[in-house]
Amino acid sequence: MTAATPVPQAAIGARVGVAEESKKRLSSPWASLAAIVIAVLWTVPTAGLLVTSIRPVEDINTSGWWSFFTDPNVTLDNYRAVFTGNEVGLSTYLINSIVITLPAVVIPITLAVMAAYAFAWMKFRGSNLLFVAVFALQIVPIQVTMIPLLSLYVNPPFGLPQLAGPNAPGGGFYTIWLSHSMFALPLAIFLLHNFMREIPGELVESARVDGAGHVQIFTRIMLPLMTPAIAAFAIFQFLWVWNDLLVALVFGGGSLNISPMTVRLAELSGTRDSDWHLLSAGAFVSLIIPLIVFLALQRYFVRGLLAGSVKG
Amino acid sequence: MTMGAGEKFLQMLAVMAIFVAVLAVVLVLTSRVRSTVGRFLQTTAFLLPAGLLLLLGLLYPAVRTVVESFRDRASREWVGLANYERIFTDDALLVVLRNTAVWVILTPILATGIGLIYAVLIDRSRFERFAKALIFLPMAISLVGASLIWKFVYAYRGTEQAQIGLANQILKGLGFDTYRFISDPPWNTVFLIVILIWVQAGFAMTVLSAAIKAIPDDIVEAARLDGVGGWRMFRHITVPSIQPSLIVVLTTITIATLKVFDIVRTTTGGNFETSVLAYEFYNQGFRAFDNGLGAALAVVLFALVVPVVVYNVRQMRKVEAR
Repeated sequence: MTAATPVPQAAIGARVGVAEESKKRLSSPWASLAAIVIAVLWTVPTAGLLVTSIRPVEDINTSGWWSFFTDPNVTLDNYRAVFTGNEVGLSTYLINSIVITLPAVVIPITLAVMAAYAFAWMKFRGSNLLFVAVFALQIVPIQVTMIPLLSLYVNPPFGLPQLAGPNAPGGGFYTIWLSHSMFALPLAIFLLHNFMREIPGELVESARVDGAGHVQIFTRIMLPLMTPAIAAFAIFQFLWVWNDLLVALVFGGGSLNISPMTVRLAELSGTRDSDWHLLSAGAFVSLIIPLIVFLALQRYFVRGLLAGSVKG
Repeated sequence: MTMGAGEKFLQMLAVMAIFVAVLAVVLVLTSRVRSTVGRFLQTTAFLLPAGLLLLLGLLYPAVRTVVESFRDRASREWVGLANYERIFTDDALLVVLRNTAVWVILTPILATGIGLIYAVLIDRSRFERFAKALIFLPMAISLVGASLIWKFVYAYRGTEQAQIGLANQILKGLGFDTYRFISDPPWNTVFLIVILIWVQAGFAMTVLSAAIKAIPDDIVEAARLDGVGGWRMFRHITVPSIQPSLIVVLTTITIATLKVFDIVRTTTGGNFETSVLAYEFYNQGFRAFDNGLGAALAVVLFALVVPVVVYNVRQMRKVEAR
């Protein structure tokens, strides 16, 4: 599962001449029309919600968002309402989303890089078998683990402290951090291992000859070389955690005090079904951060995607 | 107990600091020992944290779920296959299975089809990068966000009223009555499926576009010299050349579809006959507190996912081998 195989870059460059020619043959007015129709269908729904979020409440409830273009009334009241009004209190959930996401990205990736290093460069008995086992764990849907995992958090064995419930340390964030970390590990270890195998063995060998131990090789050679791969997976994990609803619902224990924005929005969608001035502004606040991250790091994202970074 | 923002950030920073500090200390300590024992200690230090989490967080609970699927709702008495029997005989649960089947058939085929057509249409056009970004963006947003976006498209008002939802405005403009897209079974399931297609087409397009660009030039050239173009080029050259990637995309989207939860939860809350397996699992396990049935639903989901994943991985190997 190498990052580059599906798109040999050199081949693309060599094909420009042919490309010019084939363009004429493939593009017809109908083809262009079809492409435009798809592009419009994929853009207009989002645009509609964005436009709605900056219209006054009265306008939203009495006319469609498309009337904005003939009768433009712009207001930031909806955004003010979701942040400062007591109906939504979005700032709390924005903070929760950040507090949940950062450790849930950093912890599993750190552990996965270490495990991937062990599988790739440390020789020990049973390493192949263990690696296959980790790989196989990818097929376990997280749903299969959730009921027992929750009861493990609520009633831990060996007198360990309770991680969920009213007396939980950290208000209950630990269960969400831990769960996201566990669920990320199989895929993270697998992908990072594949990237790590591509680093030339001579580099490791020569460092070893110079007397470097595993820890030095890991921190001085592997980590710098692995940065693009780590970035690629970090984006996926970020998007996955930031956009997650199920894990937060189940392990957040229904306590809104530690719920991320997705949980709050899903709840509003049920209880304040027709308050589109709140829903549209709230939705946009939750979309904007992943969109920025995504656009800024798109290169790494595509790389990760082509390497198979899709959660099974 | 309610925490303020400052306290939450403090918790977060403390957790990350402790995590990094513990790892650093362990690594430094184990790197000091240079012997067979040292090597064993180092390997353990690198592997043990991840291994423990996998064991506690995935392996043990998965086995436990299978066991609990044979017990009653409070996980006390053994009930044999009763939970499974219920899934396949209870009327409401049969609707859930039917819906899941519809989702799994429609979503992968349509998302992959649209992604493929779009990838071919914009391939090497002047606006390729921009055109790709448009389809791609829904991938970055949450399914909750996507559901809200589409719920607004589907918003219902009586025909005589001013419309706020685009879909019903179009219906009205064409002279039809407005329609309850989200609450009118059985078609509402199809309108929810549209949301997932909208999200997944970007994934299909990206992977397939890369595969199309990797088709060797000489094949395309040879076909062209033989006078092959347009539709026949697509049918006889493009599609067969990218077949392994197509299968990877189809199976990957199938897996994502089997686990779809957020869309149903956000749009209908499982009402109006829209529930699916992954939603019903949550509903039974965490809202109706029926551990046995919830676990059995999870196991059924697991059983459906496994063959698709195995097939997916084998195809992925083929794509890499090329």
